[in-house]
Amino acid sequence: MKDKTMSPADFAGTIESGMTVGIGGWGSRRKPMALVRALLRTDVRDLTIVSLGGPDVGLLCAAGKVRKLVYGFVSLDSIPLDPHFRAARESGAIKIAEYDEGMYVAGLRAAAQRLDFLPTRAGLASDVLTMNPDLRTVASPYSDEEYVAMPALRTDVALIHLNRADPAGNGQYLGPDPYFDDLYAMGADRCYLSCEEVVPTERLLAPDADGHSAPVQSLLVGRMYVTGVIEAPGGAHFTSCAPDYERDEAFQKEYATAAKDPDAWRAFEERYLRTGEDGYRTAVEGRAATAASGANERSV
Amino acid sequence: MATTTQATDATRAEVCAVACAELFRGDGEIVAAAVAGFVPMLGSRLARSTFEPDLLTTDGGPSLSAGPVPLGAAADAVEGWLPFRDHLWLVLNGRRHVIMGPSQIDRYGNTNISCIGDWARPSRQLLGVRGGPGNTLLNPTSYWVPKHSTRVFTDEVDMVSGVGTDRGAHEIRAVVTNLAVLDFDTPDRRMRLKSVHPGVSVDDVVAATGFELAVPDAVPQTRLPDAEELRIMREVLDPKGLREREVPSEARS
Repeated sequence: MKDKTMSPADFAGTIESGMTVGIGGWGSRRKPMALVRALLRTDVRDLTIVSLGGPDVGLLCAAGKVRKLVYGFVSLDSIPLDPHFRAARESGAIKIAEYDEGMYVAGLRAAAQRLDFLPTRAGLASDVLTMNPDLRTVASPYSDEEYVAMPALRTDVALIHLNRADPAGNGQYLGPDPYFDDLYAMGADRCYLSCEEVVPTERLLAPDADGHSAPVQSLLVGRMYVTGVIEAPGGAHFTSCAPDYERDEAFQKEYATAAKDPDAWRAFEERYLRTGEDGYRTAVEGRAATAASGANERSV
Repeated sequence: MATTTQATDATRAEVCAVACAELFRGDGEIVAAAVAGFVPMLGSRLARSTFEPDLLTTDGGPSLSAGPVPLGAAADAVEGWLPFRDHLWLVLNGRRHVIMGPSQIDRYGNTNISCIGDWARPSRQLLGVRGGPGNTLLNPTSYWVPKHSTRVFTDEVDMVSGVGTDRGAHEIRAVVTNLAVLDFDTPDRRMRLKSVHPGVSVDDVVAATGFELAVPDAVPQTRLPDAEELRIMREVLDPKGLREREVPSEARS
């Protein structure tokens, strides 16, 4: 099987301005943050982002890389709204298509099946149809029913983050929720999969030291959908990546607080984002160490 | 006498939680999706603990718990798996009753959680429509408003993210607030004052509502928790008192 492993920088080099980019995960959960950070270090812009959004959307908005955002919501989960997203909306900096969550998923399913649209009832009678004038309804050929014809959310590139993958791109999730990462992969021309650990194929389902092995249904994404595999330990930070780690709530709070103040945001960017992924890891670890030593001083 | 003492001892938050539990009466074997906060979540688990034992509830994550779990705890035993993709399928299937939290609601129960002002360039971005359109069109829907005010109960909502009775809502069961219970049991499906919580007057509710409510000649009082319900809330389902964070206890009934 082909070895598709690549560095975050090599991945970022394949992304061009104006592309439509689907981003997996959900809110502040298992977002491909290392891939997003790699994008922030490039000069690509005018992206159309398709995301059940979290800080991935916030960071890309803050960097001025988003022309249009297609979403069901943008939330940090423990913090209801991402401040950069809110600012981008309230300043009119981005175009948007805002859908009901169920409509959004219908759009992902349509794209995965190479359909133009899928019918759904979600959205009917609400202002989602008023505010998105491109949306059309479709009459049932079997009854008097009418449905929203949710257009396919087809993308040029999908970015997803999973717990493990093999070098060929077979991806495995080990947490309680797959989110929609398989649909993003199937609905994109190219999919880049980052993961906590690249392992040989035979290890994906092999028993661990305790004799436990993952079930075959944990193999969420097949290699036929995957263009590149990027090993990125901590690559979902500061979103959750269960069971490897939970959300870094303290860091997320630091992010959200900094996002509300231009000077604080410049300092945040300087410390965490104007550096490679290794620099980001070092800065995050340094922050944790500072917090720990501070705690010790207080306890003395 | 002991029962009466305990019942009048109930806090406003406990009265609200019981009113939320009542929303699920008669629902039977469906998923209670109480996503709007601690009080409705407590209400759904209280209903399952008492008069609606067949309800399905979660532990707040993707697990359907085998029994009603305390707020903030993980399920000891799990009876099913409901990841986001299946939860959204369930909305379309319909075996679900959701309690959402509106930022604005009008007299027909149209609700807004998307944004304030012009949708193209809002003065205040809120959550986005989330699952509101599908929920209200396809599932029984109720609402929880922890702070009843004219800002929330408004003449017109800025964006209809949840459809009301005049737009073909599947069923808007009721709205529970910190002051009252409201429903749509009127000839033209307009909002009606169903009951006021102990210590609240009809005038209080009318003053906090930004449109004309249908007010019956005699407005009953919201029922108090019984002793067993109080015990379950205080000792089993919410011993940390998370309900008091949403409805502070200085508002004792």
